[in-house]
Amino acid sequence: MTIPQSQKIGRPLMKLIRLRGWPILQQLHIEEQLLRTSSENWCIINDGTREPTIVMGVSGKPAELLEIKPVLHDQVPVIKRFTGGGTVIVDGGTIFVTFICNKDAVPDVQPYPRPIMSWSSLIYNEVFQETGNFHLRENDYVFGNRKFGGNAQSITRGRWIHHTSFLWDYEIRNMAYLKLPSRAPEYRSARGHLEFVCRMKDYISRSDFIGRTIRVLGTHFSVEPEELEAIQTVSSTNFSPSSRLLTTQEIESALCEAESRKSLACSASS
Amino acid sequence: MASRLLWASRAASCLRISVSHRGFSTVLKDFKYCDSHEWVKVEGSSATVGITDHAQDHLGDVVYVELPEVGTPVTQGEGFGAVESVKATSDINSPVSGKVVEVNEELNNAPGLINSSPYEKGWIIKVEISDAGQLNSLMDADKYSKFCEEEDAKH
Repeated sequence: MTIPQSQKIGRPLMKLIRLRGWPILQQLHIEEQLLRTSSENWCIINDGTREPTIVMGVSGKPAELLEIKPVLHDQVPVIKRFTGGGTVIVDGGTIFVTFICNKDAVPDVQPYPRPIMSWSSLIYNEVFQETGNFHLRENDYVFGNRKFGGNAQSITRGRWIHHTSFLWDYEIRNMAYLKLPSRAPEYRSARGHLEFVCRMKDYISRSDFIGRTIRVLGTHFSVEPEELEAIQTVSSTNFSPSSRLLTTQEIESALCEAESRKSLACSASS
Repeated sequence: MASRLLWASRAASCLRISVSHRGFSTVLKDFKYCDSHEWVKVEGSSATVGITDHAQDHLGDVVYVELPEVGTPVTQGEGFGAVESVKATSDINSPVSGKVVEVNEELNNAPGLINSSPYEKGWIIKVEISDAGQLNSLMDADKYSKFCEEEDAKH
């Protein structure tokens, strides 16, 4: 759908990259590069990622967050990303939507976590206007009291990124790789993963969600499609992304750490 | 209420603390500040750096601090580390150029010191300054207080 030229006047430019099935580590590398080396505003939409992958936030500790033995046994890749926030397992049923903005492009939004989160929730309020009792609840996107979208951000001097992994669908067995986190929102109320999350596909189709998101974005920005190849050909050779795949050795060390904590806890209680 | 504010201002003056008119954020008179909300306390050629009360208040509870290694060069206005709060990493920028000579290892176990004591126990790095002239481009306490008020008033 095209926005009439007259409506584009006065809105900041935002370049839109649409991907499908792109590996999440590569997506994170592109995002970090654009945040740090570009001066433009970007929206990246990746419709699913190829293989099930665990993605932890910058301070995530595998021993605390993962069921290490099945992760090792099933050789599930584990990534530590450059943004804050918690741990997710993503796969083909996950839809990623990322906003990278100059702070001056959204001058009413102070470049701090909560104002950015509020701003993004306003965008999605419009996307989900007639759908499922959507709201932002303690930094998560929920229908009712069930989470379907997890958020994370990174804020630099003049720019910020806000990215979301939306659970359009998920495999129940994949949730078993994740422990109940010690740092959890209050509204979670100690619910296990399956009682805490919900599937977006019960509320909206993939194409409707993506279409509506782009349409709503077009009322706030002048959105122009961009090809990924155009970015990759001018990529900064001086830039080194920090998101990385954890090595098997690192995950095995986490297993030793988890087991020694367990045996300390057993000695303390006996 | 007015007499309590007056008392607070007088007490603050004795303690060399400025309290903004709205009383939301504290600034310390002998420190210098930059527009990305870091502070620097200079003693000879050595500088201690942290983030301000205004910054910690807006960031929320800090749960993790990414510290540089000792010996790392820092450049005025550029990032040297990050804090994590409310699912976000936020760059910490150096108000001065030089070399990191000490980092606050306490922050590894107690990142919340940045919230509870942003100007004392929550210090982040100590720097051997390479260009003292750069301090002239930083704000003093009064200018920084005004800067914060203006920034908050815009939103």
